[in-house]
Amino acid sequence: MTSSVATTSFYIKLPLMNFYGWATLRIERGAKEKNHLLMPLWAAPAIIAREPTSLEEEIKEIRRSGSNKDLDAAPEFEMSDIFYFARRGVESIMDDEVTKRFSAEELESWNLLTRSNYNFHYISLRLTVLWGLGLLIRYGFLLPLRVTLAFTGVGLLVFLTSVVGLLPNGRMKNFLSEKVHLMCYRICVRALTAIITYHDSENKPKNGGICVANHTSPIDVIILASDGCYAMVGQIHGGLMGVIQRSMVKACPHVWFERSEVKDRHLVAKRLSDHVEDKSKLPILIFPEGTCINNTSVMMFKKGSFEIGATVYPVAIKYDPRFGDAFWNSSKFGMVNYLLRMMSSWAIVCSVWYLPPMSREEGEDAVQFANRVKAAIARQGGLVDLLWDGGLKRGKVKDTFKEEQQKLYSKMLVGTQEDRSRS
Amino acid sequence: LGGSCANLLLSHSQITRLYSRFTSLDKGENGTLSREDFQRIPELAINPLGDRIINAFFPEGEDQVNFRGFMRTLAHFRPIEDNEKSKNPTASEPLNSRTNKLLFAFRLYDLDRDDKISRDELLQVLRMMVGVNISDEQLGSIADRTIQEADTNGDNSISFNEFIKASFVLTLHTLL
Repeated sequence: MTSSVATTSFYIKLPLMNFYGWATLRIERGAKEKNHLLMPLWAAPAIIAREPTSLEEEIKEIRRSGSNKDLDAAPEFEMSDIFYFARRGVESIMDDEVTKRFSAEELESWNLLTRSNYNFHYISLRLTVLWGLGLLIRYGFLLPLRVTLAFTGVGLLVFLTSVVGLLPNGRMKNFLSEKVHLMCYRICVRALTAIITYHDSENKPKNGGICVANHTSPIDVIILASDGCYAMVGQIHGGLMGVIQRSMVKACPHVWFERSEVKDRHLVAKRLSDHVEDKSKLPILIFPEGTCINNTSVMMFKKGSFEIGATVYPVAIKYDPRFGDAFWNSSKFGMVNYLLRMMSSWAIVCSVWYLPPMSREEGEDAVQFANRVKAAIARQGGLVDLLWDGGLKRGKVKDTFKEEQQKLYSKMLVGTQEDRSRS
Repeated sequence: LGGSCANLLLSHSQITRLYSRFTSLDKGENGTLSREDFQRIPELAINPLGDRIINAFFPEGEDQVNFRGFMRTLAHFRPIEDNEKSKNPTASEPLNSRTNKLLFAFRLYDLDRDDKISRDELLQVLRMMVGVNISDEQLGSIADRTIQEADTNGDNSISFNEFIKASFVLTLHTLL
């Protein structure tokens, strides 16, 4: 099994990477010849290089450099204070940390998929032929093969878990359930041609623990579950998804919620903590970001899973976007469309790191614990650690953040007056 | 675009970057940005002066801004590129660019565009920056004191020239 993976990755990586470099050069040359507006293919170096300083420091800096007056005698408000907010506002218009996390990452070189290239138009015959050849291979050969495998994998999962579910509860049932789950997930992995490198497997999650990972796509589940057995957590869906969920839970206890139960946080927390207390049950798999992020950053972790008090096993998943971008932009593509795109990419290449287990320390609350775990995952995966909520993909930012800024500035103004009355 | 670009002194790569940014903000894909498109930027939405800054992009009475307008407003804040610095390291920024930045800030105060910041306009901006944390009386006295200090011709409002003097223009360009 492993040797075939090694040879596949060798064949894919060597010729494909050479083609990518050549293809990119051709595009750039072609664009120069025809004087087209070339969109930047890579994340532009930051237009603004900003060091993190506080509101107070920056405003004091603006006042200090403009005034020869003694700072103690400086008035509470200067007209130039407005420059601080104006500059921050304009900087965020030019480039901000959040909105770019909700669309696919831009690549340095073109990987012969039109979907990841904004500059695609006719450049040269050779390039188009190569792209056409790639298209033929991907849609004519790889896609049908993968779709067949996918149907096989899912079908077997549903059938075999139902069969195992008929057995009486006991060691035999758990053993068979594990084998069935692993086998079917591995078939699905083949169906996506996912080339996964697992690191630090000695830290794999154990029973009674909670496994948290950063979320990029629904494929994350398949990747993790093909290497270990987890109890899934989620909402019961209708349709094919619902069928799969219902048969899976026959073989081993997963935690599925009805739509109405999802809103009730106490109920959710109770069911999760009941599950982890039972040491015979598998570790829970949770994605605390709550939504798919584009794999360049890790956004705010919802604190629910960190309040339960179980041991947390963090896992970092990092995809290599050069062979196929795994990010699911749910506002642009539906699930089926997404899966088809995945199966017609070259391959899904990713790395999984199992990080050492963490527990909540004395005097640490759930939010701080969640941030600590998030920082560890971001560091390992080489992702940017952000405090912003992934829910900003769809929703508006809360007014409380603006009120915090206003409070800080007010303290600057009024604080000076207090100091003066004291002296 | 070529002619106006020369006036704005933007390099080719800066323009392409701004265009890429413009298209990523343009969710409706119709070539213009609306106020909602700007408000989708979380860091801008939490800025106390966010709404005023967004207003600065839209010409009088309009609800959509195209790329040319977008670029023109942002060009005031362009960073000085390295190749320009090396050409003339002792030259300071062109005066009209500095003035444009100050005009941008002045217009954040001067909502009715009468080229004067009245006491009311000053109070409005102050109120936006401090929220609910300071009382009306205190804010009023801060506004009065500011106008007293800056107003040199005694008309109880701040003109653009008085604004420049009050904001200490000489060293400001290094910060913007």
